[in-house]
Amino acid sequence: MIEKMDQIFVLLLHWLTGFLPAWLQAIAGVVICVAVIVCLYPALFALAVLLERKGLGRMQNRYGPNRVGPYGILQPIADGVKSLTKEDIVPLSADAVVHFLAPVVLVVAVFMGFAVVPMGRNMVLVDMDAGLLFYFAMSATTELSVFMAGWSSRNKYSLLGAMRAVAQMISYEVPLLMSSVAVVMITGSLSLTKIVDAQNSYTGIFPHWYIFTPWGFAGFVMYAIATTAETNRSPFDLPEGESELVAGYHTEYSGFKFALFFLGEYVAMFSISGLGTTLFLGGWSAPFSFLTWVPSWIWFFSKIMLSICVFIWVRGTLPRLRQDQLMNFAWKFVLPLTLLNLFVAALWRFLGEGWERWVFCSAILAVVYVAMGLVEMRRDHFGPRKYRYAE
Amino acid sequence: MTPLAGFLLVAALLFSIGLAGALTRRNAILVLIGIELMLNAANLNLIAFWRYGPHPEALTGMMFAIFSIAVAAAEAAVGLGLVISIYRHAHTTDLDMMNRMKG
Amino acid sequence: MTVVFYILAAMTVAGGMAAMLLKNTVHCALAVTVAFAGLAFLFLDLDAQFAGFAQILVYVGAVAILVVFAILLTRGSETPKDGVASKHWLAGLVIAAGVFAVMGWAILQSAAVLPHEMPVPAVTVLDIGNALVTRYVLPLEIVALLLTAAMLGAVIVALHEKEAAQ
Repeated sequence: MIEKMDQIFVLLLHWLTGFLPAWLQAIAGVVICVAVIVCLYPALFALAVLLERKGLGRMQNRYGPNRVGPYGILQPIADGVKSLTKEDIVPLSADAVVHFLAPVVLVVAVFMGFAVVPMGRNMVLVDMDAGLLFYFAMSATTELSVFMAGWSSRNKYSLLGAMRAVAQMISYEVPLLMSSVAVVMITGSLSLTKIVDAQNSYTGIFPHWYIFTPWGFAGFVMYAIATTAETNRSPFDLPEGESELVAGYHTEYSGFKFALFFLGEYVAMFSISGLGTTLFLGGWSAPFSFLTWVPSWIWFFSKIMLSICVFIWVRGTLPRLRQDQLMNFAWKFVLPLTLLNLFVAALWRFLGEGWERWVFCSAILAVVYVAMGLVEMRRDHFGPRKYRYAE
Repeated sequence: MTPLAGFLLVAALLFSIGLAGALTRRNAILVLIGIELMLNAANLNLIAFWRYGPHPEALTGMMFAIFSIAVAAAEAAVGLGLVISIYRHAHTTDLDMMNRMKG
Repeated sequence: MTVVFYILAAMTVAGGMAAMLLKNTVHCALAVTVAFAGLAFLFLDLDAQFAGFAQILVYVGAVAILVVFAILLTRGSETPKDGVASKHWLAGLVIAAGVFAVMGWAILQSAAVLPHEMPVPAVTVLDIGNALVTRYVLPLEIVALLLTAAMLGAVIVALHEKEAAQ
């Protein structure tokens, strides 16, 4: 019975494709899975938007939207109807083809990332040998669509927002990759299903998730910082800072195309937190060994929703970083620490079991973190500001 | 026509398109784009021969292509940096205007 | 010679031709990105998954953005007064056509001795990793040095001019 609940979607898929002739079954299975993903994540997006507006509202000491349904739960439907029926304005001097293609490329690239994330036991769409590399290749494509959106609008603010966004995404892509490389090193494979399988064992009641190791914890923190920057969320949301750049690279978009950008941003958040749970939080495995009777997909989606709640929490709490502050932070602080994390992960592997590796790895990471914080992030740059103008 | 011949023809076509672009366009950046197309065509050639060659498990073609991708990216970065600094000096990227050695 | 190959080849060649023929430089950069993506899919068609994903990650994700930044920093999106082709464009076209003719003739003439069907090579990322640190460790280290030198060189070339301008 427990097995059946755990595999219920897989069994449902087999039952549905059983009605078709044998040569059509594989293709029909893939089409059904893709349709489910394309329907499920926008539904979760609606839930996340509602959660964000109510949650942010409460953190800012106000109610969120509360008019549309009881406690405002029908607000996403109202938002959807609004964005579908608004007039689609394209500026006269905008580059029409590129302006149209930018949200399309963004949404396609973002949804492709879900193909490799394992959402439960045996519930991955394509079990690729180089799954992690495929995921990062797709997330590199989103940067291009951000640039296309900003440039095609022929608007100074859009272009500036797009340039800032692309510079930020490129800067934080390297720490993102490097913090995942430590996980790949210890697991020995780029395949996401193997990474989850390696974390699926328990000592006593505690799981072997990578976040519970020193290098895994440091890697997870750096991964979280890099994902907040990659998806342009606060405190890294200067590219779409409302008080500065109107709306950044999606200033000139209205109606459905803006809804596509919004959808793309939130689904990218889901996708990258899905990857983060797979790499560090054990994917679909249960937190304690006595809880393995709960179906695996429930654990996966709870972990993703927990990550979204943390994203919303961080947005409501921290002030926005300036562009030069965030680039400084990426290249001078996070990147050297990710390289050190690789070294510490290797040390962990080669010191073997026992208490020494815990002590040494934690000590190295803590000492270097404090030292770099004191040295690199000093705030003695006060004084008259030096300006560098672009020519 | 064998599959390998198909891939080689596509690579040859892409190479000559890149060559034509590099030889005919005025803008220095488009010449660099043409060069990148030529490098990519050579990579396609390498991977096609790796796939249809006698010893694919030796991974020679794949390794060569991967190193070529890395080196081409580095060369694009340096080339574009040069173009930017030449633009700062001459205020144009038009290659027909840059026909003097004197600065 | 499957349908997939024809579609991908058409997409790649169309992207390449658009990149070399369009007037607006940013459009050329986006068209060459389409060509890069088409090539990545062709690599996947050739069962070289690692090379295909590396191609997307490096070319589409980094080189295309680099080219676009360079175009924006050099005001390349303004169309030049005298047209887009240089003075000696005819010679360039003739040379390129000649090169294609020679290569195409060589390929088609030897098509008889090219292999028809080969079994799919069972190559995993583990094999690539092993090869990189055992047989190809020297190229790996040299490429690392090369990338460091290129990065430093690009920064110095771009930085020096800024200080000279001030």
